Amino acid sequence: MKLKQLESLLGDLQQFSNPKVELEQYPTGPHIASRMLYTAENSYEDVSGKIVADFGCGCGTLGAAAALLGAERIIGIDVDPESLEIASLNAEDLELDIDYIQCDVRNLGWRGQVVDTVIMNPPFGTRKKGADMDFLSVALKVASQAVYSLHKTSTREHVKRAALRDFDASSAEVLCELRYDVPQLYKFHKKKEVDIAVDLWRFVPKRNQRMGI
Amino acid sequence: MRLLTHNMLSSNMKGVSNGFPLRIEVEKVVEKQVDFNPDFLKNMFSKVHWKALADASRIMGYAELPEEADRSMLDSDDFLRKFHHALLELHLEEGALVCPETGRRFPVNKGIPNMLLHEDEV
Ligand SMILES: C[S@@+](CC[C@H](N)C(=O)[O-])C[C@H]1O[C@@H](n2cnc3c(N)ncnc32)[C@H](O)[C@@H]1O
Repeated sequence: MKLKQLESLLGDLQQFSNPKVELEQYPTGPHIASRMLYTAENSYEDVSGKIVADFGCGCGTLGAAAALLGAERIIGIDVDPESLEIASLNAEDLELDIDYIQCDVRNLGWRGQVVDTVIMNPPFGTRKKGADMDFLSVALKVASQAVYSLHKTSTREHVKRAALRDFDASSAEVLCELRYDVPQLYKFHKKKEVDIAVDLWRFVPKRNQRMGI
Repeated sequence: MRLLTHNMLSSNMKGVSNGFPLRIEVEKVVEKQVDFNPDFLKNMFSKVHWKALADASRIMGYAELPEEADRSMLDSDDFLRKFHHALLELHLEEGALVCPETGRRFPVNKGIPNMLLHEDEV
């Protein structure tokens, strides 16, 4: 599938109808989502034929992109049942076969490294400090092959240090810097949208060291 | 919920030392056809917890998987098709997953397991 085609399909997906501020519910736009998964597939072969988990899947944009690029199985995980409902409808519209689990990613109980690739656009931790690092820590235990994630560019050094030192990643690499339009969810924001710089990361976990979390 | 998902999930409650496998309570099972991909199955075989899959499929009403399995069986098309059916085509649509140590029930509605913990269980 061509990048443009992927982007346009993702653009038709339904997004959060009543975003919950405390869960940092803002969608990954089709521009970023398509590039994220396209890179994962075409530069690293981390998508097609793989088992992919979408952490904090929300309305399911990233998981849908993985499915469109040929992932063998996709599992979307979110704490919010309303988002999962929208995600299921989106998958149905595109005739994609995706599994869902309602769970707080931080408390996920998981056996071994069955999942190949984790994709996520975690809460940036604007509401709950460190939320994105909690996601990353679990993702690096669940994935056997790679983790793709977005983090604020302003936290780049911190993310790198935590991944390599605390979460035992074997590599942590910024693939590109993107502009992210976070919609006005917060009352204290004056502008309608805030445009922030985010990094697209690829992390590689250490292999086969754990038998579960 | 596919049995593939069941094969990965475990109970992560406070104080539980081995939350795997979760016991399955069945209210409704549905079957959905999936394209057969032998290469994927061969790759999955080494990752799957076989006993958990065989037991779970039996509870879901499918008794075709052997108690034990080894790699040599992957040469058999018949075996692969059964493995495929159990792992990917059987869905727990309504029911529950039960923590093997505490008996705590995690409901499954419309095929989605709810693994949320209460504050005092974390
Ligand atoms: C920034 S949004 C990204 C949504 C979606 N992945 C997308 O790309 O459009 C973050 C998502 O994480 C979910 N979330 C927040 N905290 C969570 C947690 N502790 N466990 C699981 N999901 C969580 C929110 O409900 C929301 O859907």
